[in-house]
Amino acid sequence: MIKLEHVSKLYQEGVPALDDVSINIEKGEFVFIMGKSGSGKSTLIKLLLKELTPTEGEIYISGKKLSKINHKAIPNFRRNIGVVFQNFRLLQDRNVYENVAFAMKVVEAPTREIKKRVPLMLSLVNLAAKYKSLPRQLSGGEQQRVAIARALVNEPEILLADEPTGNLDDTNAWEIMRLLEEINERGTTVVVVTHNAEIVRKMNKRVIYIKRGQVVGDGKWGDISEI
Amino acid sequence: MTSVRFSTITYNIGQGFKNIWRNKLFSLASIATMTACIFLLGLFYSIGANFSEMVHTAEEGVAVTVFFDAGITQEQIDNIGNEIKKRGEVRDVKFVSAEEAWDSFKVEYFKGREELAEGFVNDNPLANQANYEIYLNDVSMQSSLVTYLESLDGVRQVNQSEVVAETLSDVNKLISLIFVSFIIILIAIAIFLISNTITTGIAVRKEEIAIMKLIGAKDSFVRAPFIVEGIAIGLIGSIIPLVILLFMYKSVMVYVTEKFIFLTNFLTFIPVHEIFEVLVPLALILGIGIGYIGSRMTLKKHLKV
Ligand SMILES: Nc1ncnc2c1ncn2[C@@H]1O[C@H](COP(=O)(O)OP(=O)(O)OP(=O)(O)O)[C@@H](O)[C@H]1O
Ligand SMILES: [Mg+2]
Repeated sequence: MIKLEHVSKLYQEGVPALDDVSINIEKGEFVFIMGKSGSGKSTLIKLLLKELTPTEGEIYISGKKLSKINHKAIPNFRRNIGVVFQNFRLLQDRNVYENVAFAMKVVEAPTREIKKRVPLMLSLVNLAAKYKSLPRQLSGGEQQRVAIARALVNEPEILLADEPTGNLDDTNAWEIMRLLEEINERGTTVVVVTHNAEIVRKMNKRVIYIKRGQVVGDGKWGDISEI
Repeated sequence: MTSVRFSTITYNIGQGFKNIWRNKLFSLASIATMTACIFLLGLFYSIGANFSEMVHTAEEGVAVTVFFDAGITQEQIDNIGNEIKKRGEVRDVKFVSAEEAWDSFKVEYFKGREELAEGFVNDNPLANQANYEIYLNDVSMQSSLVTYLESLDGVRQVNQSEVVAETLSDVNKLISLIFVSFIIILIAIAIFLISNTITTGIAVRKEEIAIMKLIGAKDSFVRAPFIVEGIAIGLIGSIIPLVILLFMYKSVMVYVTEKFIFLTNFLTFIPVHEIFEVLVPLALILGIGIGYIGSRMTLKKHLKV
């Protein structure tokens, strides 16, 4: 599903943000990416979204070579990947329903489909009752759930989350993680960047540990916790 | 090519108008400049069109009349006529005999009191008024023709019409130049302001655009609201001046016709529909064109999708 072959990314001359990274993530996997600040985790996410291009190496997603995807084909490519961020990135002037519907409008989905799918997604993330609220009227956890609904409403095969619990307290963080786990169980491949060792340990999923742009550990928490 | 959904079109049109509304001040400045620009253009066109119509009418009327020395023979008159006809600027020469001159004079001055004219029946007061009426191709050649005619043997007097066409066409040129420069400057300002409006709009919606792109919006979808914004500004900025011009044209027409009845022979207005048949498409094309170009240019520069 996601394959990186000797990928390096150099923003400018000097230290690379990613250095000869090779990763293979299968369809339906749940994977944590861990690493200190500045280790290159967000850079990795941006490469997977083709926001950035690797300086060296090749990335494959759903069998497609990313270097072969031209500018015009990027929108279609991205429609297969949902993404959530630490700061939610919701549209502040639109309510919960509109934020989720926005993702479908952007991909030019039929209105009929939008009216059907959005309520479905809102009940999945347990926000059906608050569909009229504006983002600022919601808690951080609720906002992140809206963001997750928005990321999934177009039914992507892959969900990327860059520190989705970074701004949340423990209770909310766990709620989000459970939701991501549920989404994964429904068949979506989920990649989560996080700093939260406690959550990673308890969830007992595959962990890829990055240090100064290099993969230094890949396996269950028990196998890599000594690093 | 995939077809575009109706709901997508309406959504992006809605977003375009939302941009205008969110960015009221800039939008208003752009619309005002467009309005001024197209208003001036319309004013220029309607004045210009009427003016050249008047000059044209003047050209068709008698421009120059030539009277002859007393005792001249008809043969001499014919010779003078042949000489005049040879000149390029002359369209037509018409001989008016003393009798014809008297007949038309009578009609004009003894209207309704024809019996008064009877007393002159055997004593034509205009016996010496046989003349050539000379019609010109080009009124601006009038004064050189007059100089030539005055130099001819047998010519007693040359009258020219009151319209000093040459001066008029010089003034015409100067006014045209001022108007055209004004319009060009205003077009440049309009494009600049629309471009600024769009740039501000892009800045305001930066985050939204970034999210749209991550979700998988096509370039055309990201750009569409800004194109709509530019075109809408252009459209509003051309409809407003058209409406103003329509009212102005009508009321000036009514005012002049009522207050200056004595001028109506000379001052005939081109009908409203003839002016606006040209002006409406011209203003709309210009307005929409400026709006489109302004936003297109800006998107190319500031919205790397
Ligand atoms: N646009 C950029 N231009 C230049 N250098 C950059 C840019 N973005 C990131 N970097 C550098 O690349 C390295 C990796 O950055 P990245 O954002 O991937 O780290 P991260 O692992 O996501 O960190 P954090 O946990 O703090 O989010 C850092 O040294 C950072 O300074
Ligand atoms: Mg980061």
